[in-house]
Amino acid sequence: MTTATTSGHRAASPAPGYGFGAVALMEWRKLRTVRSTWWMVAIFAVAMIGLAIVALSHEGYRQLSAADRAAFDPTHDCFIGLVLGQLLVGALGVLVMTTEFSSGMIRATFAAVPRRPVVLAAKAAVLGAVTLAAGEACAFAAFAAGQASLAASAPHATLGQPGVLRAVVMAGAYPALVALIGLGTGALVRHTAGAICAVVGVLFVLPLLLAPFSASVQDASQNFLPHPMANAMTAVKPLAHALSPWLIFALLCAYAAAALAAGAWALTARDT
Amino acid sequence: MTGRRRSETVVGMTMIEARGLVKAYRSTKAVDNLSFEVRPGAVTGFLGPNGAGKSTTMRMIMGLDRPDAGQVRIGGRRYGDLRWPLREVGALLEAKAFHPGRTARAHLMSLAASNGIGRRRVEEMLALTGIEKAADRRAGKFSLGMSQRLGIAAALLGDPGVLLLDEPVNGLDPEGIRWIRNLMRGLAAQGRSVLVSSHLISEMAYTADALIVIGRGRLLAQTTVAQLSAHGATLKPGGSLEEAFFQLTEGVTDYSGGLS
Ligand SMILES: Nc1ncnc2c1ncn2[C@@H]1O[C@H](COP(=O)(O)OP(=O)(O)OP(=O)(O)O)[C@@H](O)[C@H]1O
Ligand SMILES: [Mg+2]
Repeated sequence: MTTATTSGHRAASPAPGYGFGAVALMEWRKLRTVRSTWWMVAIFAVAMIGLAIVALSHEGYRQLSAADRAAFDPTHDCFIGLVLGQLLVGALGVLVMTTEFSSGMIRATFAAVPRRPVVLAAKAAVLGAVTLAAGEACAFAAFAAGQASLAASAPHATLGQPGVLRAVVMAGAYPALVALIGLGTGALVRHTAGAICAVVGVLFVLPLLLAPFSASVQDASQNFLPHPMANAMTAVKPLAHALSPWLIFALLCAYAAAALAAGAWALTARDT
Repeated sequence: MTGRRRSETVVGMTMIEARGLVKAYRSTKAVDNLSFEVRPGAVTGFLGPNGAGKSTTMRMIMGLDRPDAGQVRIGGRRYGDLRWPLREVGALLEAKAFHPGRTARAHLMSLAASNGIGRRRVEEMLALTGIEKAADRRAGKFSLGMSQRLGIAAALLGDPGVLLLDEPVNGLDPEGIRWIRNLMRGLAAQGRSVLVSSHLISEMAYTADALIVIGRGRLLAQTTVAQLSAHGATLKPGGSLEEAFFQLTEGVTDYSGGLS
């Protein structure tokens, strides 16, 4: 009978009383009540908007060569702040996990919610929502501030032009994906310094190290390393040898999913 | 104050049963084939010298560390299978299990959210543990005794039928020590299972009814305070509980002081 099967199944692995919403509420309260969260979001906003103004007000479109004028992309250039901004949200993602290990809070958390992947999923949902909201708000603000700072003689971008809205929305989504990669890395590495080094290494140092190499290496890095991928994704004038923005976006989502899966595995497999 | 709704229902339900627990860290066997029971309605003292394996055992009860062998059940279930973990088991495992930048109230409110516990209960626990005046200060600035009180507030948050306290008197002032002794006795009298670790047998004389004594990860005795002090009296005239305890743990104390 159905009732017998159901109760038999329950005895093997009973459903917990707490739901995902309750765990997400715990994680939201944790994220909200630590000052560094808001400091990092504030600095992220300053970097995104401030650097857009600096970059576009110094564009000097008049002095550009004809080739540079043809390549000039007033949308893409608004998101120069992602170079710094990605490091801030990446670090935020790391800290959400590693401060629990360094403080001992992780034991209180896992005592309250022993299903560890649920804890990581709740952290990912809350962190992802906050960084997506901050990322989109800052991307649109950076775009608006950038266009306003651009010399009158230079071509301006508007959201109605083909590809512009897509580029702005993707610039706003990129920070959330980086934050999730940071979160997964934090769950895998556990130590703040080590996890931040890993994230900064992949986001910032690796592209610099590859810079002197040949064009084919450049093309690969543009399609497979997060920050060069963000560059390609936020361009309105397609970069040479770049995959389509949507394909790059899907690939970045896969990176974030892989980092979270690795983190969930590490949380479950190891003692605390 | 704690456990109005608990006392009638819980008796006989929430017992801790450990069977053949083994846990090794590289070369050291922290816990070695350990079996014991913790019964409701009593304070059970968990005794052993430094490094005996008390904290490791408590982490295994909580499902935080996975045993290499053996199992532990709370009311017949694994910790991970509890429906509302905080409402069934409360634990104080280490003095500072909180983010130093978060306030005491925010810490408790976040834990409470996960198990559907309301704000009123949080306020009650802040008052019960005497940290309400410091509730909006960052917990990282707390003294050891205040951190310990915050840990106890977190342990009692869900009004649980089982309590695991790892050296709760650590850092408490004399008034605080008396308070926690009475608290533990009161919780046990309501029918809860209370397991409290200590290296001090004299401390247990004030609070515990039952005793589990371990050394180098092995069970040395599952007994009662009364039985152990009766045994102490047979060792030599005027012999004490302490005498009997030292006799038990002789030879399994890894870290003893010396003059050389
Ligand atoms: N995470 C760990 N990694 C390596 N060794 C560990 C770990 N945790 C505990 N140990 C070792 O296991 C043994 C038991 O330690 P445990 O902390 O359980 O003892 P204890 O009885 O709580 O001691 P104390 O009274 O000092 O708190 C010790 O030898 C300790 O060094
Ligand atoms: Mg210990």
